[in-house]
Order: sequence, then structure tokens, then C-alpha cells
Amino acid sequence: MKETSLLSFQPVILWTDGLIYFLLVCLVCFAFYAVRREHLSAPWRQVRRRPLVMSALIVLIFYIAVGLTDSIHFRRQLPATEENQEVQYSPEVLSLLDVLVDSLKNNNERSYSAPLAAYAYTKEMITGDDGSQRRDYPRLAFGGAHLKNPETERRADLLGIVFRGGMAGLVLAGLAASFFLFALARHHRKGFWEMGGLIWRGECDTAWKAIVFTLGVFIVLNGMLIPLSAKYHLFGTDKVGQDVFYLTLKGIRTGLVIGTLTTLVMLPFAIFLGISAGYFRGWIDDLIQYLYTTLSSVPGVLLIAASVLILQVYMEKHADAFSSVTERADIRLLFLCIILGVTGWIGLCRLLRGETLKLRELEYVQAATALGVGHRAILFRHILPNVMHIVLISVVLDFSGLVLAEAVLSYVGVGVDPAMISWGNMINSARLELAREPVVWWSLCAAFLLMFGLVLSANVFSDGIRDAFDPRLRGR
Amino acid sequence: MLNYIIRRVAYAIPILIGVNLLTFLLFFVVNTPDDMARLHLGMKRVTPEAIEKWKADHGYNIPIAFNATADGMEKFTKTIFYEKSLRLFLFDFGRADDGRNIASDIRQRMGPSLAIAIPGLMVGLLVNITVAMLIAFFRASYIDTYGVVLAVAMMSISSLFYIIGGQFIFSKTLRLVPISGYDTGFDAIKFLILPVAVGLISGMGSGMRWYRTIFLEEIGKDYVRTARAKGLSELAVLFSHVLRNALVPILTGVVVVIPLLFMGSLITESFFSIPGLGSYTIDAINSQDFGIVRAMVFLGSVLYIVGLILTDISYTWVDPRVRL
Repeated sequence: MKETSLLSFQPVILWTDGLIYFLLVCLVCFAFYAVRREHLSAPWRQVRRRPLVMSALIVLIFYIAVGLTDSIHFRRQLPATEENQEVQYSPEVLSLLDVLVDSLKNNNERSYSAPLAAYAYTKEMITGDDGSQRRDYPRLAFGGAHLKNPETERRADLLGIVFRGGMAGLVLAGLAASFFLFALARHHRKGFWEMGGLIWRGECDTAWKAIVFTLGVFIVLNGMLIPLSAKYHLFGTDKVGQDVFYLTLKGIRTGLVIGTLTTLVMLPFAIFLGISAGYFRGWIDDLIQYLYTTLSSVPGVLLIAASVLILQVYMEKHADAFSSVTERADIRLLFLCIILGVTGWIGLCRLLRGETLKLRELEYVQAATALGVGHRAILFRHILPNVMHIVLISVVLDFSGLVLAEAVLSYVGVGVDPAMISWGNMINSARLELAREPVVWWSLCAAFLLMFGLVLSANVFSDGIRDAFDPRLRGR
Repeated sequence: MLNYIIRRVAYAIPILIGVNLLTFLLFFVVNTPDDMARLHLGMKRVTPEAIEKWKADHGYNIPIAFNATADGMEKFTKTIFYEKSLRLFLFDFGRADDGRNIASDIRQRMGPSLAIAIPGLMVGLLVNITVAMLIAFFRASYIDTYGVVLAVAMMSISSLFYIIGGQFIFSKTLRLVPISGYDTGFDAIKFLILPVAVGLISGMGSGMRWYRTIFLEEIGKDYVRTARAKGLSELAVLFSHVLRNALVPILTGVVVVIPLLFMGSLITESFFSIPGLGSYTIDAINSQDFGIVRAMVFLGSVLYIVGLILTDISYTWVDPRVRL
């Protein structure tokens, strides 16, 4: 018998995964580029000083980390049934996140259960040990399964887990903070307590206090939630018994993909068309203006709806092209991003056109023209770098709106694939759950909480970026 | 003035032609009538005869842009482009998949849409501008800071949550107003209170912040300093000088959306089961009725262009410096 280890797997790179990696590489390159350019790094220094913005950044990084672990996909090798059989892989595409939270993914109940419950939410016929039948709430298969008598023990058990986890988190956070402080003190060649005082009074060039505080809260929260979610269903279970906490975590990637890839799709259009319209003027300007006036006069939701309907028809016709449900859902997500991008480039394009119209009259552009520099060189060397701050501001400002739009579009029925886990789909199904008696409120609340966290931190962060990069607001 | 309006309307024509071509491309070239028929009849195991019959029933059994078999002008008129796309210019939207006349459906459903959209816009404007004015009055104080924090937090909540939460609290738990539905005449008011209130709350975050920025921008200008130096009270400065001058940017945002109010709101109408154009569109999207979606896309573009023209005209009304 040939041995098969569970570790052998076949990597799967979905379209959106590839684009996310690409985006990540772009970001890193941009960071390297910006560090050495004074006009790009000066606003960042201003951003680093603002405590609220730095807290928001930490929260965003957490979301991005979850989204990235959820973007590494692979298929597990199936255990070989006969000898000499060629290696086969499971049709199910897993992500790294699925493996990390394996227990959340697989500990399914039969149907609804409330958050942290030990009993199911609806009564069922239960056959007792002595064969007698009664109608009662059955015990859950996983939630609180370690308890002998949940009615008396559950409260104490929950408090115990929260207290122990919180304490462990506090200790860990304290250790991490002191280590961090130590490293920072060494770096700045200052004493440990002296550095601590500086940070506490906010006299550093970075808002370390906010960063350390946010990370500390984060570690303590994790200390409480991780043991809780291992023994209970933190946010309850949904209709088919899936853990809602797992679903909301999976929803993070969908939200992030919509928020980021849409911009990635939109940027080339907006930058190229906006700058050329402003720079060349004349008939090119007229043509581009006509193009975006026409597109923007179609109501956005309807254009998206029409495009998605057509995409649906196309995908039904070419159903054989997609080997798995995940791939199909992924392609649909990518197309949704493209459609949102095609309908969303107009605002930025207009801004860039206006800015370029102003820039092209400035002395340094005039000088370059007089020296005989070609159009392409002027556009790339003189115009593009000077409109990048507008691009950056509009990218971060658009992000939160796109995450919110995903929910609305999924509700309208033109959003992501129904098979894909997304906050929009969760909210959509929550409508029926709220109409039940007794009310099933937890999936809605869970989706609400995580979505609110992401959008709020994105909003705060983008406000910080805008204040720092927008020269009109500088010094106000 | 009249000249200007005529010129603007003339400018609108190429844009409408563009929109028409775009919808034509999307609905008939990228996605042929055969695909539509297959979508409605089920994808697998559908006979060519069934497709032909569906197309004949819905008037799609003619060539897309050029009819070689017909003679004379019919070469061009007996095509889908002429029958389905060019007719939109005459507001002749044809029939929906269930055989109802789209144009008369739209006329019928405009009323409920407006009944919810107009009060919503009015209340929203009034409340947002008042609150923003208050915040601007207390600028650079704790009220300002926390007002902005509140606005950002309110902006971060999806409108779906406001609707679901409002329905849950006020209709299901407190039973103050019906959850959803619509009635004719004055009986409709009890159905309209909640949607209007929810619309107000969900739009307040961004509205408040937007108007605050506009007011603060105006407050920083020289004429405001002059007005204060004259000895005017802060309230007089705010209301008779700042508000009046801030009307120009406010109008840019508001007048454009007024004609679009006819289209209704997709989300609000479908959550509250109001038989307006928004829920009409959503139903069409869900039942994949391309005829209705096409009509709504065209109608929306026309209304948007009307809004743009109205905006320009309204400038002359608030800003005497603008002469057309």
C-alpha cells in the first residue's frame, strides 16, 4: 500500500488570487519607490503621527491578513484506493484559511443554533436512552459538547474561558509590548523607561501609543475568542448548521477583492483617458468627454445589472469551461469587479482631466515642450507623477464604498455568485431569518460587525490619507 | 436663455444616441436573442423550434441590424435595431415578457415612487443642512469633532442594515407602522413614514459631512470676514451669507437627482414592497426580463441628462454672476 500524506497538495491559482498577488507586488514596489521620494514620503510621515489613522491601519492589516491567507488555494491529494493508481486530487478547492480554522469549517451542526449555545434552536423528537421519546431541544454535536450538564455549567465555563483567555492575552500583550519597547529603545539609543515616557506623551514621530494599544486590544480579544470559538459556535450556526463565524471570516476576502481589484481594473482606463484628454485637448478631449458623459448618464446600478445579466447568460452558455464551483464563482467575482470598474472610472477620469489641464500650462511642462521633449516623456515624467496623489486618494476613498456596494448588489441579485460566501449573501438570507419566530439574529449581527469594522477603519484611514496628500487641505 | 436651453438639448442628442447604441450592443449583439430565449426556456434540452417560437412570440425573430429578405425601407425598419432600439426614442418601450405594455406600467408605477422619493429628498435636505449648519456654527469644538466621528460611523453602516434594523425595531417589535406595503391616497402615509425615516438616517452620515465641508469652505472666505467685521451676528452671517453662497455646490448635487427620483430606489422599494419603478426594475432583473431593463436604462439616462440641464439653469437662479 502506497502511503499518502495529507500534506501533499496541488496549488490552485484562481484568477482573483493571481491579481491579488499582482496588486501586492505593486504595493511593495510603490512603497520602495515612495520611500526615496520626498514628496511622497512626507505625507506618510504626517499620516504616521495620527493615532486614529494608525489604529485603523492596524485593523485593516488584520483584515488584509485574513484575506491573504484565504487567497492561497490548493486541492488536497485524495488517499489512493488502489496501487499504481495515478495521483488524484480532491475536487474541493481549499484555502490556507480553511486549513487554519479547520475545526470551524468542519464542525457543522444540523441547523440553527444561537451564539455560544449548547442546545439547538428548534425542538426535535429525541429518543432517550431508555427508548422513550420526547420533544425537546437536542444537544449540539460540537457547541459545548464538552459539558456534562450545560444548564448549570455553561455560564461558569464561558466566564472561565473568557477570563483565562483574557488573562493569557494580557500577559502576551504585555510581553509583546515590552519587547517592542525594548527594540524601539535600542533603535533610538534611548533608555527603556525614557522611550516609554516619550511614547506615552506622544512625542515620537509615529503614533506608537495607538499602535501598541490597538495591538494589545487585538491580542486580548483573540485570547478570548480563539478558545471560545474552539469549544462553542461563537456567532451560532446558520440554516444548514455551518458556523457563522467561519462564514464571516470567509466573507472578508470577497469584500477585499471587490474593494481592491475593482480599482486595479479601473485605474488604467481612468489614468490613461483622463491624462490624455487633459493633455492633448482638441478632438481627443471631446471624444473622451463624450465617452464618459454617455457612460455616466446611464444609472450605475442598472448598467451593472444589465452587464451582470448578460454575464450570466454567457456563463450558462459556456458552463463547461469551468471545472469547479469555486472557479465559476471566482470568474463571476472577477467579472463583477471588471463591471464595477468600467462603470466606476468616470469620477477619477474627470478629476485627472481637470488636473492635467492645469498642469500642462505650468512652467516646467512648457519648458519641457520648448526643449523638444516628446509627448510620451512629458506625460510619464512630468504629468503622471504629479497626479499620483489624486489617484491614491481616490483609490482609498473608493474602497469602502465598493465593500458596501457588494452587499447591495448581492441583495439585488446581481452581485457575487450565490455559491460564494459573502457578507451580501449573508445579509440577503438574514432577511428571511428575521421573519422567523423566534428570531434568528446572529448571522445578520456577525456580518454587520465584521463589515462595520472593515468599512469604518477604511473610512478613517482614507480620511487620514486624504488630509495628508491633498495639498488644498494641508495645514488646515 | 432660450438659446442656451436649445443648445443644451441639442448636445443631449448625441449622448442619447450613444446610450441607445450601448444598450443595443449589450442586449442584442453581446447577448443574442437566441441566448435570451435559451435562458428563459432552460439551458439544456431545448429544441430549435422552441427557441424560434419564443423569439416569434416576443418579436425577436427578425435580423439584428439589416434585413436582406425585406424590400425597400423595410430592409432597415424590419430589424431588431429599429423595432426595439430606435423606438425607445419615442418612449415606445414595447411589451414585457409577460405581455404587459411597459410604457403604461411605468406611468402607473411612477406615482408610488415619487410619493416616497420626494418627501425623502425634502426631509433629507432640510435635516442634513440644518445639522451641518449647527456643526459649522460650533466648528473646531467637541461638537464638531464628535459630529464628524458620528458621521463617519454612520457612513460605515450598509443601507441594508438601516432598513432591516428599522423594520425590525419599529414594525416587528414596537408595531408602530406596518412592515411593508402600499395604499392609495392618504392611507399611504402610514406606509411611507418608515421608508422616509430610514432613508433619512442612512443618508445622514454622508450628507452631514458633505454639507459641513461646503459650509466650512465658504466660512473661510474673505466676504465672511468682512460680514463679521461689519458687526453682523454669527447667525446672520451663517444664514444670509454662507448659506446663500453655499447653495451653488449644494444645487450641483441636488438638482441632478431630482429627475432621477422618478426611477425610485431599488432597495427601499423592494424592502418595503412599494409598487414603484424601483421594485419594477428589481423584479425585471430577477425574472431576467431584458425588455424592461432596457427601457429603464434608457429612461434613466434621459432623466439624468434632464437633470444636468436643470442644474445649469438653476445656477442662474441662485448665482446672479452666472449669465447664460
